[in-house]
Amino acid sequence: MYSLWLSWKHLVHKPAQLTLNLVLLALSTGLIAGVMIFNQMVTERLDRNLAGIDLVIGAKGSPLQLILAGMYHLDVPTGNISLQSAKPFLRAGHPLIERAVPLSLGDSYQGYRIVGTDSSFLQLYGLSISQGRANQSPMDILAGAGVARALNLKIGQTFQSVHGLDDNVDLEHADSPAFRITGILAPSGTVADQLLLTPLESVWMVHDHGDHPHDEGQTEADHEITTLLIQYKVRNHLTLNLPRNINDNTDLMAASPAMEMNRLYLLLGAGTDLLHMLAWIILVVSGLSIFVSMYSSLQARRYELALMRVMGSTPGGLFRLIIQEGFLLALGGGILGLFLAHAGIWAAGNFLEKEWHYAFDAWIFLPEEGWLFLGVLLFGILAALIPAWQSRKVDIAQTLVE
Amino acid sequence: MIHATGLSYQYPGGKLITFPDIHGESNDRLLILGESGTGKTTLLQLLSGLRQPKTGQVLIHGHDLQQVPRREQDQFRGRYIGMVFQTPHFLQALNVEENILLAQRLAGQPVDRQAIIRLLEQVGLSHRIHAFPRHCSQGEQQRLSLARALINKPDILLADEPTSALDDRHCQEVVGLLEAQTAAVRSTLIIVTHDQRIKDRIPHTITLKHHV
Repeated sequence: MYSLWLSWKHLVHKPAQLTLNLVLLALSTGLIAGVMIFNQMVTERLDRNLAGIDLVIGAKGSPLQLILAGMYHLDVPTGNISLQSAKPFLRAGHPLIERAVPLSLGDSYQGYRIVGTDSSFLQLYGLSISQGRANQSPMDILAGAGVARALNLKIGQTFQSVHGLDDNVDLEHADSPAFRITGILAPSGTVADQLLLTPLESVWMVHDHGDHPHDEGQTEADHEITTLLIQYKVRNHLTLNLPRNINDNTDLMAASPAMEMNRLYLLLGAGTDLLHMLAWIILVVSGLSIFVSMYSSLQARRYELALMRVMGSTPGGLFRLIIQEGFLLALGGGILGLFLAHAGIWAAGNFLEKEWHYAFDAWIFLPEEGWLFLGVLLFGILAALIPAWQSRKVDIAQTLVE
Repeated sequence: MIHATGLSYQYPGGKLITFPDIHGESNDRLLILGESGTGKTTLLQLLSGLRQPKTGQVLIHGHDLQQVPRREQDQFRGRYIGMVFQTPHFLQALNVEENILLAQRLAGQPVDRQAIIRLLEQVGLSHRIHAFPRHCSQGEQQRLSLARALINKPDILLADEPTSALDDRHCQEVVGLLEAQTAAVRSTLIIVTHDQRIKDRIPHTITLKHHV
């Protein structure tokens, strides 16, 4: 304990050097951990929102955009499809399809997306009601837990929706019927937390009302939806060929979430790989910095070390003293770095929640962080190894007469 | 007590230096005089076990220094030998009290803060107890190094030119303290110096000659 205290004293005796080494270590550890946590969170979040969806069907365009808009509610939709063309997939007893969830997107309230759908949406994401009722009539809103909390929504509250997905009051459907909150969902950790659900008919009613001149004269047959989320009954050669059949033979586009997300991960991966590399470079620099500062201070401290030998310290005692300095540095830098990473994720999470309505829990610790921390400790000890070994070799008699 | 007999030392490529025998009982005071280059410091290092002699034997506290197992040599030195140098050095990261406490810890002795405070009072440094050594004056630093050398009540106190960096007043002060404090713990005091000012105060002297 005393020896550890001595090492600590030596470290704080040089505050500028200590700060530099701590900052470098914390930066590299923080970056590595941050990328790790961010990756994990995004992957986990995106995976959770897969919800067993095998296929997303919508208007032709970019498949990735379709997936992002239809499943993750991040991008704008590729366009609408006629309800008529979607009917075959919605038919009960389809040989391949277990469940098809129709979504109608396009309106929002204070930046939160209003999703026209039916009760199959609740089954798809395994959602349950925390307040109010699940059965809805047109213009009823079932609010996600996150939206309800953020906007402080209460049962019975009413509002006008806004056309488009941005919070733009100029596009308010002022003459349309008002929406009414009739239920609030329990938190699910899925994208549903950030959505306002309503029956498909509500969306049609808002747009039939006539504030969009081009929509005038719509009939039942002209009703549109945006996407269909499909779950297969089984996976076989028929389901394998289904997307290509749809893409080749209809005006619709079918995209496989698994495939598109893999492509997205590859794209994201290049960015995170770069950050990772940068973090490792900083880690090496911080190791060098620790090594150099210890090595140079060792020259200045030779007399002190010789003195300690005179007073009874063994060569092993000096070795330990310097190794401990590296260890303490790594301990401080590692803790600081992990804190930095989580604080960064927390800040980013706040931003993401505000911008994209995506919530992150920044204070969950991954097992990998433990390994990273151990690695950083080992690293500190390694950086101190050569200076520590040199300290054993100080010729006391020679040093004392210098 | 200390008995050194038949000591000689040879630096690599240098000529053989032989030293006169040295005997000191507890409470003895001994002055080793010599011009620079006569091997004063080398002798001190042989006596403290920092260098191994080519021939001869050093007995301290009844132990032959060379027979003390290597692993225990450092602890032995810390416990039974106190050393004072021409220019006092300290651990810069530690304050006055912590520097003395360090001597207790490194020698494997129990920590005794009362003893530290008493000793600092005796050398007139009790007001500097929380100061850092680099903020102390030359005279204060030498008195501090004296306190550090004495805290473990060593059998032998070896002082290497303890006064040559000090003015007359501080020189007398430090020698007076060396005598009084070693007497208080019944140590053998050996001062190696070429400082003529001390000669009158310590009658028992050995003079080292240049080797031709």
